[in-house]
Amino acid sequence: MTRSASVTWFAGHEIRLAWREMLGMLTAGRRWRTRSASIVLVAFVLFLHLPAYAVVGRFADVAMPLDRSSLIVITASIFLAWALMLSQAIESVTRVFYARADLDLIMSSPVALTNVFSVRIAAIAVTVTLMAMLLATPFIDVLVIGGGVRWFAAYAVVVAIGMSAAAVAIAVTVGLFQLCGPARTRAVAQVISAVTGAGFVIALQVAAILSYGTLSRFAVLTSDVMAAWAPDAGSRWWWPAQAMLGDVAALLPLLGGSLLLLGAAMAVFSPRFSDYVASVSPKIDARKTTARAFRPGSRQGALRRKELVLLWRDPWLMSQTLMQLLYLLPPALMLWRSFGEGAGAFIVLAPVIVMAAGQLAGGLAWLTISGEDAADLVATAPLPSASVTRAKIEVVLILIATLFTPLVAAMALVSLQLAGVTALATVIAAASATSIQLWFRVQARRSQFGRRQTSSRIATFAEAFVSIGWAATAALALVVPTVAAVTALMTAGVMALTWKISPARA
Amino acid sequence: MSQQLPPALVLRGLTKRFDRPAVDGLDLTVRAGEFYALLGANGAGKTTTLRMVAGLLRPDAGSVSVLGIDALANPVAAKQLTAWVSDEPMIYDKLTPLEYLEFVAGLWGCDAATAERAAHELLHSLGLAAQLHERCEGFSKGMRQKVALAGALVHEPRLIILDEPLTGLDAVSARHVKGLLQARVAAGCTVIMTTHILEVAERMADRIGVISAGRLIAEGTLAELQQQNGQGDTSLEDMFVALVENAPAAA
Repeated sequence: MTRSASVTWFAGHEIRLAWREMLGMLTAGRRWRTRSASIVLVAFVLFLHLPAYAVVGRFADVAMPLDRSSLIVITASIFLAWALMLSQAIESVTRVFYARADLDLIMSSPVALTNVFSVRIAAIAVTVTLMAMLLATPFIDVLVIGGGVRWFAAYAVVVAIGMSAAAVAIAVTVGLFQLCGPARTRAVAQVISAVTGAGFVIALQVAAILSYGTLSRFAVLTSDVMAAWAPDAGSRWWWPAQAMLGDVAALLPLLGGSLLLLGAAMAVFSPRFSDYVASVSPKIDARKTTARAFRPGSRQGALRRKELVLLWRDPWLMSQTLMQLLYLLPPALMLWRSFGEGAGAFIVLAPVIVMAAGQLAGGLAWLTISGEDAADLVATAPLPSASVTRAKIEVVLILIATLFTPLVAAMALVSLQLAGVTALATVIAAASATSIQLWFRVQARRSQFGRRQTSSRIATFAEAFVSIGWAATAALALVVPTVAAVTALMTAGVMALTWKISPARA
Repeated sequence: MSQQLPPALVLRGLTKRFDRPAVDGLDLTVRAGEFYALLGANGAGKTTTLRMVAGLLRPDAGSVSVLGIDALANPVAAKQLTAWVSDEPMIYDKLTPLEYLEFVAGLWGCDAATAERAAHELLHSLGLAAQLHERCEGFSKGMRQKVALAGALVHEPRLIILDEPLTGLDAVSARHVKGLLQARVAAGCTVIMTTHILEVAERMADRIGVISAGRLIAEGTLAELQQQNGQGDTSLEDMFVALVENAPAAA
């Protein structure tokens, strides 16, 4: 096989793997026909045009020249997208080092490893960009329809930031290898990946609370201070925003620069990639725990203890939990800062807390209920399966109660009604998310849960809708109780529909 | 004395069908205190049979009795007396061997102090004394298999079901495991084991059953099997190959 042929062949192999991985994410690992999955995907993207119109429809006429505040908002939005793509790319690079089953085959094959890993780096950039493109398409389409073909340039901006995100992700991961060593890089990279996406938004919210007493991140971006601090309109910092608005003079250097960055990453890191991969020893450093006596207790108690220890020792889960807790940082900060200003200032906190509780409960329930490394052992243990499930649910609720009780207690000092409504909605949201994960449980080992692709897409979306529904209900119950009854009924309806289509009912 | 006890396992008309019959009306009796080796080619139905006995699969038809307990009607009571070890050790990477055994003992409702003593003895006898407090995530397959086996034994089961337990074990570890199992049988425990290592069955088993296409096609002591198959000095391997090759195909 010629050198170019082997590179082309390997690129085809990578694209096939990436496509199947994406299908796996969409179908939650179940066997679907490619055509059915494609139809569902297209239908989903078409559906997304509706919320996209609601969000960006009114900005379709925006054109250059723009004032500084608008440039700041657009640039910050592009940076947020870049941060999210960087997060996904770091996760992908980590999997190349640690989780790809074909590495032994590739490294023992008679091919030039530099070429192979160059292709793999390019594949990461393509995958990250395609995923971003998929999510950005409805928004860009709405802008094109409303504001003209100049908005097509936004697709090129997505490509540019996708390439640069992949390049930076590789540099970050390799840097972690040098800094922390192969054994710790995986956990550190997972935490960085989880925090990168959320960190920017949360930082803006924290700044908004500290400066303006509001949760809105736009308060900072559109402030006079930010406008005064920002560079001139002719600065290169605005190239991404200008490129997005169709300015070819800004778009071309942006694309060229990103391509150069990715090329440099491939040239610098590909020759060393095999060394990095080879340094990831399959033998993990032995971690010791201190000796202690066996503890007496019930069978359910043993299960609860095991679940808590496993959750505590799981770095991936810790990073996910950390991210959920980061979302709680702004409301907690606002609660602390605005204390004493009356209940009205805190109503905005109720939905944030309820939403976070629902999402965290869903994530924990998915791990504890579906993720069981010793399924045979638990199934052959002398206790009914209902007792096992109950113990796992108890662990989820204990953790939710531990994390959220302090916040609700602080709210109770401001207003008992506010605290009561928040507590009730938090319990309902957590119970709902847990129930959905129970109805859609897919038994698998936790090591297979590197990402939530083993979880059903329907369950993930239902969980999100239900959390949003209960969060809205909590907020409305404090302001317009009659309307809250309507949203509560709608959310209960979503729950009923989810149950109806769940495998548990079948 | 063992004759007064109910049989460790009685299967009657046990049937399980996937896309084809995996277990086809199987009748099998294993006496209490016996070391029983269940042999068969790949796909013969051994693992499916044992998974039904362990309560991991529900049979389509038939009955399972474990030490006189109807395992289908009263699975919790049957499981209290049973241990299951599969060829793929299922343990928790983030727990140490001692923590794993503590969890297993907790699940079976064992006394904590007694279980702790038993856990230390088991792990020492299996050569894991140096790894008592190390998380299992860095263990080799053989070490994981030993941890899983210790977990199966820590709650003092009366019926131990093992599906290819020696897979991945080195010669020294395999000898440790075999010694441990023989000690349990000597103490009155019943062991049912599938294995592809016929020498192990030949040396250790009191009786051997050969299964093909979900049915028992031969059963007895090694001497009985040799007698049934015509020649007194025929090796188990030769008998096994002849039995499997001459067995009628699945329906």
